[in-house]
Amino acid sequence: MTDNLLLFHLGLGAILFAIGGVGLLIRRNPLVMVMCVELMLNAVNLTFVTFGRMLNDISGQVIVFFVLVVAAAEVVVGLGLIVALSRRKPGANADDLRLLRG
Amino acid sequence: MVELVWLIPALPLAGFLVLLLFGKRIGEPLAGWFGTAMVGLSFVVALVVFAGLWNQPEHTYELSLFSWIPAGNFSVDIGFLLDPLSMTMILFITGIAALIHLYSIGYMHGDSRFPRFFTYLNLFVFSMLMLVMGDNLVLTFLGWEGVGACSYFLIAFWFEKDANASAGKKAFITNRVGDWGFMVAIFLTFFTFGSVKYSDFLGLSSGVAQTTATFIAVLLFIGAIGKSAQIPLFIWLPDAMAGPTPVSALIHAATMVTAGVYLLVRVNPILAASADWLPWLIAIVGCATAFLAATIAIAQTDIKKVLAYSTVSQLGYMFLAVGSGGYSAAIFHMITHAFFKACLFLGAGSVIHGMHDQQDMRYMGALRKIMPITAFTFMIGWLAISGVIPFSGFWSKDDVLSYALQKNFLLYLFGLIAALMTAFYMSREVILVFFGKARWGESAEAELANLQSHGVGAGATQLSAGGTDDPHDADGPLLVDDIEHAKSVHPHESVWMMTIPLLVLAFFATIAGFINLPFTDTTEFLNRWLEPVIGQYQTHLHESTLQLIVELTVSTIVALTGIGLAYAVYVKRRFPARKIELPFLYHGWYIDHGVTLFMGGPGRKLFELVALFDKVVIDGAVNGVGKLTRGGALRLRGVQNGYVRWYALMIGLGAVLVIAFVLTQVSFS
Repeated sequence: MTDNLLLFHLGLGAILFAIGGVGLLIRRNPLVMVMCVELMLNAVNLTFVTFGRMLNDISGQVIVFFVLVVAAAEVVVGLGLIVALSRRKPGANADDLRLLRG
Repeated sequence: MVELVWLIPALPLAGFLVLLLFGKRIGEPLAGWFGTAMVGLSFVVALVVFAGLWNQPEHTYELSLFSWIPAGNFSVDIGFLLDPLSMTMILFITGIAALIHLYSIGYMHGDSRFPRFFTYLNLFVFSMLMLVMGDNLVLTFLGWEGVGACSYFLIAFWFEKDANASAGKKAFITNRVGDWGFMVAIFLTFFTFGSVKYSDFLGLSSGVAQTTATFIAVLLFIGAIGKSAQIPLFIWLPDAMAGPTPVSALIHAATMVTAGVYLLVRVNPILAASADWLPWLIAIVGCATAFLAATIAIAQTDIKKVLAYSTVSQLGYMFLAVGSGGYSAAIFHMITHAFFKACLFLGAGSVIHGMHDQQDMRYMGALRKIMPITAFTFMIGWLAISGVIPFSGFWSKDDVLSYALQKNFLLYLFGLIAALMTAFYMSREVILVFFGKARWGESAEAELANLQSHGVGAGATQLSAGGTDDPHDADGPLLVDDIEHAKSVHPHESVWMMTIPLLVLAFFATIAGFINLPFTDTTEFLNRWLEPVIGQYQTHLHESTLQLIVELTVSTIVALTGIGLAYAVYVKRRFPARKIELPFLYHGWYIDHGVTLFMGGPGRKLFELVALFDKVVIDGAVNGVGKLTRGGALRLRGVQNGYVRWYALMIGLGAVLVIAFVLTQVSFS
């Protein structure tokens, strides 16, 4: 693979991360927000793998596994929260959660 | 043998702890016997230690048990200083306290809080022992505060009555005023000498600046004034009568009030190093107290109040002796006073007990036939305090007066007048209580009227016209129901637990004077025994045998004149008592009223000002800090608005800022 191709990978990661970040900020549906977070995490994963390849270092790929594990845990908690919220207030969005503030 | 010294305070402490934990279960009368045994054993140990101390060099022994407060340069040990002075104190404290404990078993019989009384008594003795045995000022202060607290517990022992509770408070608060002086003196001592241990700093005191020594001495003197009831802080002692009579005896004779005198004698090198006016001040305060208290005692109607004021007066003599440089005379008078005052107080308690809690002397009379032992011992105490030869009070009072004469003739003169009044009011008490006609039982009403026509208790009677006091006060005006009560009284002699201590004390009140006869150096046993402690700074009497004999004669004449005057007024009735028992004497020169007036008027305003300062400045600072925090928090709360996306944006912004910062710092060369 040429270095140019790897640069495209990095660019794709950055674009995906930006899409996820903007989505997180502008969308109010909690489910979509979790998806955006996943998008950001995976954009970072892609960047890690790319750098690992560029620098010939295996640790870039190792970290991806860590991120996957954390992401899985995060999804469990996040989905649990979303299900609990939807049961209590069907159709509630993330801003409605501000009622929880102290 | 002398190593057993730690047992002396440990035994009363053990008694206190056991009674505190199991007192209720032990119950009456076993709790009393236990408390008595502990103090009695302590006395036995004290005797053994005393024997051991003879073989010590300079009769001095120091024992350090463990380190109590180690803090940098400042370190305080729990240690005992045993020298002739503390040994003397220990002996009569434990001895008299043991007798008072024994007496209390009879006196407190049937009281609902019988075990607790002995708990406090044991703690009291323990505190007093720590006071005199401590080898440093801090340990002395511990005992000092201990006796203060115990006096509060015991004076207010029958706290169901408001008067008793407030008497306890008065004693405690008045003592605190003096304690302030003592505390500052301790700080100053450490600051000056770098140590609070007697054996360290007393030896250095001659090398210290005179101003510093004077400051320390004045502050210690303030402490002594509070504890030993001198002008102007004597007001608590007469009110301390509210406690049970054995407590009064303990406070007045063996413990507590002697602490101030002990302290001044203990620090005599500092007194010697201070300015010349200080001994004068001490002597004048003592002399004035002796005089003032004696005048007040003349008009009292409460059997215990007369004795209370006489204690104040006798303490004045001890201060007079200290101020005149006669430290041994002060200790001598303290010892004899301890014996005869304990004897008198316990005798008064026996009378009160026999009269079913009647304390007003106007309802007594002719009790010598019914209470022969009490009357006999009380009269020995009377002769001793009046200064009749050869009873103990004569020798010690004369010793004090000799030093006063060497200091100044006026001090001697006022001392003599106080002695005259002492003989007078004590004779009045004896006549009213034990002689004359019975003013109780069948003839109560007629005899009371007879007494009143003569003017006895006139000061108190005029009080009712003013109507300023509580009419149910024990020593207020005569009341109809009191007269009814007097009719139904059937006095009796007390039980043996009470009479035995009386007899023992009367014996010592008779002979205690022989420990320091003034005739030759060899007969001044106490003087020589105390030599290692006070010898260096004691004033030496320069008097010829002739002068001594003249002094002794004058003292005798004065005492007999006082007794004779009382006989003329109260028995022969040559002179109406109304003219002597003036209302302003009865009210103690209106000093209490004055204090109340001041504290209710200008004093209150002053302290309201202090309270205002506290509110505005002190509280203002504290509340200001709180308000600042709250106000800041209120503003910062706006950031936490609860919108998750807002938080995410903040995280994003923060990340951008951090990255921007890192980019400015890193150079990609």
